[in-house]
Amino acid sequence: MELVKGLFKIPAFLLGLFLFGATLALAFLGPIVFHVDVSTRVGDPYMAPSGAHWLGTDHLGIDMLSMLVMGLRASLYVGFLAGVVATIVGTLIGVYGGYKGGLLDDILTVLTNLFLVIPTLIVLILLSSSMDKGRSLTLIALIIGGTTWTWSARAVRAQSSSLRARDHVALARINGFSTLEIVLEQILPYLLSYIFMVFILQTATAILTEATISMLGLGPYDSISLGKILNDAKTNEALIGGKWWAFMPAMVLVTVIAFSLYVINTAMEGVFNPRLRK
Amino acid sequence: MLRKNPTLRHILGRAAWYFVTFLVAVTVNFFLPRLGDANPIDAILAKTNAGDSAGAREKEEAYLRQFGLAEVDAQGKVIRTADGKPVRTGLGKQFVSYLGLTLQGDLGTSFLQFPKPVSEIIKDALPWTLCLQLPTIIFGWLVGNLLGALAAYKRGVFDRIIYPLALLVSAVPAFCVGILMVYYFGIKLEWFPAVGGYDAGTTPELSADFVSSAAYYYVMPFLSIFMIVVGGQSIGMRSMVIYELGTDYVKYAKLLGIKENKILLYTFRNAMLPQLTGLALALGAMVGGALITEIIFSYPGLGMAILTAIQGNDYPVITGCTLLITVCVLVANFSVDILVGFLDPRIRAAQAAGTQ
Repeated sequence: MELVKGLFKIPAFLLGLFLFGATLALAFLGPIVFHVDVSTRVGDPYMAPSGAHWLGTDHLGIDMLSMLVMGLRASLYVGFLAGVVATIVGTLIGVYGGYKGGLLDDILTVLTNLFLVIPTLIVLILLSSSMDKGRSLTLIALIIGGTTWTWSARAVRAQSSSLRARDHVALARINGFSTLEIVLEQILPYLLSYIFMVFILQTATAILTEATISMLGLGPYDSISLGKILNDAKTNEALIGGKWWAFMPAMVLVTVIAFSLYVINTAMEGVFNPRLRK
Repeated sequence: MLRKNPTLRHILGRAAWYFVTFLVAVTVNFFLPRLGDANPIDAILAKTNAGDSAGAREKEEAYLRQFGLAEVDAQGKVIRTADGKPVRTGLGKQFVSYLGLTLQGDLGTSFLQFPKPVSEIIKDALPWTLCLQLPTIIFGWLVGNLLGALAAYKRGVFDRIIYPLALLVSAVPAFCVGILMVYYFGIKLEWFPAVGGYDAGTTPELSADFVSSAAYYYVMPFLSIFMIVVGGQSIGMRSMVIYELGTDYVKYAKLLGIKENKILLYTFRNAMLPQLTGLALALGAMVGGALITEIIFSYPGLGMAILTAIQGNDYPVITGCTLLITVCVLVANFSVDILVGFLDPRIRAAQAAGTQ
């Protein structure tokens, strides 16, 4: 608790929290505060920002602010879902592998080592390009979570194997607790803050990854997302034409989300990692 | 012979591991595109319905034969069912023929630019990607490490300027840096050409005109990748050097009265090694980020080749490019691994101990 209180005294952490909170507010309060409509053409293509349309219109003449709010919601959804999948799978396998060792651990180590050198983006391109018609937002999130969990597993494994030699774990073992009990009661509680940081990073990575594969034209077919807005702006020559409102706001949002999560993570690391504590 | 030569044994060991990784990459490259609903085989088979023009028919037959996708008779003609659909071969058989072709370096023929072989498309794009990424990543790594070390050692003003800047740059997604540069320096200020790799009036050849125009177009993509690499690497190096400066051996060396420059040399050397390993691990991500940067700048490299292929469902080109990128990353990783083996005294010692 002392640590958590300390966290709220760090300016960087507060800044990150504020920025992330602001994007959440835009995503969830946006549709309540102003009229969000992404299916009607309200004007000409690429109308400059005006009083009626604060961020102008896109290449089809749809209100850009509406697109942005819906895109932000989709991107946050992808980030959250992929982050949860990658963190849960990674944590389960990482904790078990780190504590228990054995065959599963060996397989995990080989697997993570393999996919550390085979670029994730390549795997994502191959997988998403094969799923043309069914590439929904949820599927994209699952694909991202399913390819990035190896990283969390590796990170969590290193932590959990260092806990293995602790006295309280040995004591629990001597007292005949089962592996599951030891993992749940003796190991996981010590890793919670760490796992939470892994989750934050995975969420940030997933949002950036969605933007990246959408820019390759592999975005969701059933939804707008920040990446798709950027892709549309690029393919419909908003960038070359200098129509800044078509790409700048989406870009700022992606950057703000990634930056705020990154800052939150760095601040948390400074508090929870005793080696970095001043 | 191997017993007497630990370095060679280390190299061979790593080579064997990377060969296994390569095989996994080839397998992944074969199976992943066939997992989904829009897999290349269905796509090509769906096209071979009756009523196609002779040219389209010939194109598809060539592809089916080349990759062993359909059963052929003794004359090498594709066997078809009554309604004109080819009889497809089993997945195992397809994989064997794919593996055989790939190991021979044959990546097939493009759908979109038939009958251009994929290898030719790659041959046009690869030099651009290599010229852009290789120097940028190496140079960025060096500069990033220098800046990081400087920030850690000098602290004060350096640390207060370099570190926050690096944090900001590394948190901004790679494609955003690219978009910003295209917009401000390319479109608004018109300092540099916004997109492309060379002037439309020139053709890729070794002439002064072409080289100078290519150099002009090189500046912005180079800078945008360079900045990101410098940012990421300097953060890592900074914390490594800070950690090393606090270790017992540095304190002891100080107590012994060893000159500061000499201590610095030791710390830097020790901090460099994890950074080198970090470079190997980060390469895959860096190359991925750089591909997107290529796309933003419409740079005529592999990134654009992949984008065009994805837009046209040109599966042979997609898988050809992904395989090649993976191979490049593997080769780069392998080189770094060997380099670490030579530089790290612990690995050298372990190798020497193994021989006794």
